[in-house]
Amino acid sequence: MTSSAASKTPTKTEPSPIITINKLNKWYGKFHVLKDIDLNVNKTEKIVICGPSGSGKSTLIRCINRLEVHQEGSIIVDGTELTDDVKQINEIRSDVGMVFQHFNLFPHLTVLENCTLAPIWVRKKSKVEADELGMELLTKVRIPDQAHKYPGQLSGGQQQRVAIARALCMQPRVMLFDEPTSALDPEMIKEVLETMIELAESGMTMLVVTHEMGFANKVADRVIFMDEGQIVEQNDPENFFNNPKSERTKLFLSQILNH
Amino acid sequence: MKSTTIPLHRNPKLRSFVLQASLLLLVTYALFSVYQTTVSNLEDRGIKTSIGFFDEVAPFKVGYSPFLEFKLGETTYIEVFFIGVLNTLLVAVLGILAATFLGFFIGVMRTSQNWLASKCALFYVETFRNMPLLLQIMFWNFAIFLAFLPPPKQSIEMGLLFLNSRGLHTPIPVIENHLLSTIWFGIIFASFIGAFVFAKWSKKRFESTGKSLPVFLISISSIIAVSYISFVILGSPLGIDIPVLGKFNFKGGGQLPLPLFSLWFALTIYTSAFIAENVRAGISSISKGQVEAARSIGLTRAQMVRMIILPQALRVVIPPTISQYLNLTKNSSLAIAVGFEEVVAVWANISLNQTGQALIIIAMTIVFYECCSLFTSFILNIYNKRVQITER
Amino acid sequence: MADSTLKFKKLPDRDPPENTIGWIAWIRDNLFSSATNTLTTLIFVYLFYLYIPPFIEWAIINANISGTDRSVCDANKSGACWTFIKVRLEQLLFGLYFASNPEQTWRPIVAFSVFGMLIFPLVIDKTPHKKWLLLALLTLYPVLFICVVYGGVFGIPVSDTGQWGGLLLTFALSFVGIIVALPLGILLALGRRSEMPIVKMMSVTYIEFWRGTPLITILFMASVMLPLFFPSGVDFDKVVRAMIGITLFQSAYTAEAVRGGLQAIDKGQNEASMALGMGYWRRTILIILPQALKISIPSIVNTFIALFKDTSLVSIIGLLDLLKMAQNSSRSLDWNGYDIEGYLFAGFVFWIFCFGMSSYSQKLERKLDTDRRAE
Ligand SMILES: Nc1ncnc2c1ncn2[C@@H]1O[C@H](COP(=O)(O)OP(=O)(O)OP(=O)(O)O)[C@@H](O)[C@H]1O
Ligand SMILES: [Mg+2]
Repeated sequence: MTSSAASKTPTKTEPSPIITINKLNKWYGKFHVLKDIDLNVNKTEKIVICGPSGSGKSTLIRCINRLEVHQEGSIIVDGTELTDDVKQINEIRSDVGMVFQHFNLFPHLTVLENCTLAPIWVRKKSKVEADELGMELLTKVRIPDQAHKYPGQLSGGQQQRVAIARALCMQPRVMLFDEPTSALDPEMIKEVLETMIELAESGMTMLVVTHEMGFANKVADRVIFMDEGQIVEQNDPENFFNNPKSERTKLFLSQILNH
Repeated sequence: MKSTTIPLHRNPKLRSFVLQASLLLLVTYALFSVYQTTVSNLEDRGIKTSIGFFDEVAPFKVGYSPFLEFKLGETTYIEVFFIGVLNTLLVAVLGILAATFLGFFIGVMRTSQNWLASKCALFYVETFRNMPLLLQIMFWNFAIFLAFLPPPKQSIEMGLLFLNSRGLHTPIPVIENHLLSTIWFGIIFASFIGAFVFAKWSKKRFESTGKSLPVFLISISSIIAVSYISFVILGSPLGIDIPVLGKFNFKGGGQLPLPLFSLWFALTIYTSAFIAENVRAGISSISKGQVEAARSIGLTRAQMVRMIILPQALRVVIPPTISQYLNLTKNSSLAIAVGFEEVVAVWANISLNQTGQALIIIAMTIVFYECCSLFTSFILNIYNKRVQITER
Repeated sequence: MADSTLKFKKLPDRDPPENTIGWIAWIRDNLFSSATNTLTTLIFVYLFYLYIPPFIEWAIINANISGTDRSVCDANKSGACWTFIKVRLEQLLFGLYFASNPEQTWRPIVAFSVFGMLIFPLVIDKTPHKKWLLLALLTLYPVLFICVVYGGVFGIPVSDTGQWGGLLLTFALSFVGIIVALPLGILLALGRRSEMPIVKMMSVTYIEFWRGTPLITILFMASVMLPLFFPSGVDFDKVVRAMIGITLFQSAYTAEAVRGGLQAIDKGQNEASMALGMGYWRRTILIILPQALKISIPSIVNTFIALFKDTSLVSIIGLLDLLKMAQNSSRSLDWNGYDIEGYLFAGFVFWIFCFGMSSYSQKLERKLDTDRRAE
């Protein structure tokens, strides 16, 4: 925690990009989803991505751990470029955690087993070690008492926190969130957002697709607005919300803030 | 004040009681009178319904009886029944084994990334499950095997197996020394227990240290080694009886006569088409999210299949597949079309024609199949309970 | 302030790189995406090369179709003998009686054509008045079938069920099994879900009894024991016996299919209709059954498929259905040795019907699925 506290200090150190995306283009069949995306993400940076439905937000972050294959441009994660090499892809995936809109927990495994599966089989940890780690992270997301239940027995908010713990168990360097709260009821949204805020404070590099503008305001170092597969505008939250540069952004913000 | 008593004919409890009681009476009476009529009809034909015929000697030949010895002029009707039952169970077990392997193979092929493989599997499934099984049995037996398989002299050799127009000849083990072979079986049994203990131990070790061993490989190879070495030390207590070509036919070894072979072949193909469809449905019942989550935590493809896809798919695949096993067992009764001597053929057909004891014979046949069916439901219930427990 | 607003410039949609779309990309992705994939493709291509050309040569290129007797086929053994099927076609389809009396052949033809005219509009999505068509199929059509095929009215000579054969018999057995078993099955399914313990127990026993026994045993029972069940003097001919056996058997399977639909109906539907003050039969007939039946149509159709295939078992108790007719013809002196063609033809006819029904039921299932999702 001490090191992360140090990185939180406002002294401008040399920014070191952990993700570099260059002229990224992607098509689904003939449909051009992502157009010339350029994006650098620095270590410990928190980025919130927003934009209307169908603008390609999910596609973009799914490209980063190669759940989707891109056709043009390059994505470099932690110094490794994403190619067809299966071994490299698995390495990158174990360094990049992902949290999905619909949790995608493994229903046939207990909460703890969900968390320890990858540490045991991918990181080759012993079961005892992995259990300890799993319990530590479940405690961090405040559900250690549910460890031996099955996902189907938990509420949505609890399931999403398990999903976060599962991703954190791999001790990733980057966390991707794809609308983690949009399938949840309001009171559950709060508990998940709190968990995410704590995670952000601990210095994790995060890319979050969300429409929770309060969260963006509080946590984000940068807010990115996407439309029609392009990055329309990016700025720090204050300027983004109070002084948007583009008409398109203004329209979008007025729609979601008045909603 | 109005009276609160309900008129009798509008009291729902009473109505339902009267209805059920009269229904029960009616059905019991109908069944009883049918039974009586049948017995008296049989008596009119000179057949007194009784199980006395069980101990009479069966006046016909049962050609295939690998488990109980059949002797014309000695074997009684009740023994014929058991021969039939055992033959049914034999073809059921053979069919279930083969159909499971083939069905899983085709089902996985159906979900293959390779377009050709997937379409071929689709073609297989749609062809074989949409034609009557009886037609397939007769097709393979009469139109293909009987017509094209060579006579014994020119048998098709497949290792130690020989296929010809009389059927499939296989080697079988024969016990040469009773005591020593019992000891040998004991040693094999012990080595299985050893392997089991070893697996437990290495799982513990894996859980505490994270070091894993190729448990399956080690166990299998040591079991083979132990059984081979002890076999040699004990001086080969078991011999193997390999079929040898005699003057006209094979001598020795085991034999699946052609009717059994055709029946087995057709049952396997027909049932495997249904099992393949279950497997496909099981695999595609797994949501895309599961696969994505597994990939996102860095599991390799093999790990994902083993730990995420298979355990979930099997829960969907196993129950309907167990029902298919029951269907296969019931369908083996079609053997009568090619003359394989299972329970319907030797009991419900030949014995019935010989003795005329329709009531008892049909009842016993039905009871046998009902037992199979109850056994299947029993297994299914146990399985469902277990799955429910692990889900809780 | 106004100066700081930027106009959003939409980049033009470009086409994807050449090598990622079109048939070349499709072939690469579906046939050669990895080493194993490529190997699989090669194996299959080799297998096709081995088996498909000889089969096509036998079945089409070298096949015989001309002539009216076996001499043509015997002269050219390298191809299939479709002459056999051509010559025996009427027997295979309509049975011996209608085939050997050419002036009567119109009767099964009319029966089949009317059936076709009723069934095609029914399976097409946008046909209006489907309910009436279905009602006609279930009520008027059997009457018409009996008048035309059985005869005995309007001066049409009687053809006893014993004279039916081929596809006509297969069809008649399945049709009777299907439409008589339907109401029986519905009653049994309701009984199985009834709150009255004895009704429930009897329904369960009935259903499980028939489902546990192989059809062939039931057919034996029907052909041997049915006459014994009744006082002497009451007798049915063979076909009717088989029909009774098949119907009882089928009703158990229909019941299970309908029960599946009943289970899927929301409990709320029942409670809502109870709240409206409807009695058991009224709410069952007006509210529950229409919904349950709609959901269970795919499973009911699947039981039809199973039954249609299973009718071939009547050949074991000596009826001349399509399968038996094919077998007998290819064993007759005129055509013996051509059993492959006989079985293939019979198999193909069965396949067309079963595959048609199964495609229809799969289509319905998908439609029900999307309907439910849309709700
Ligand atoms: N597998 C796919 N095949 C074809 N088109 C797809 C696929 N996945 C997404 N799309 C299309 O790509 C576009 C972008 O999808 P994406 O899911 O990235 O949008 P999004 O910004 O995440 O929207 P939302 O806010 O609704 O989640 C959409 O128009 C969608 O229809
Ligand atoms: Mg999205």
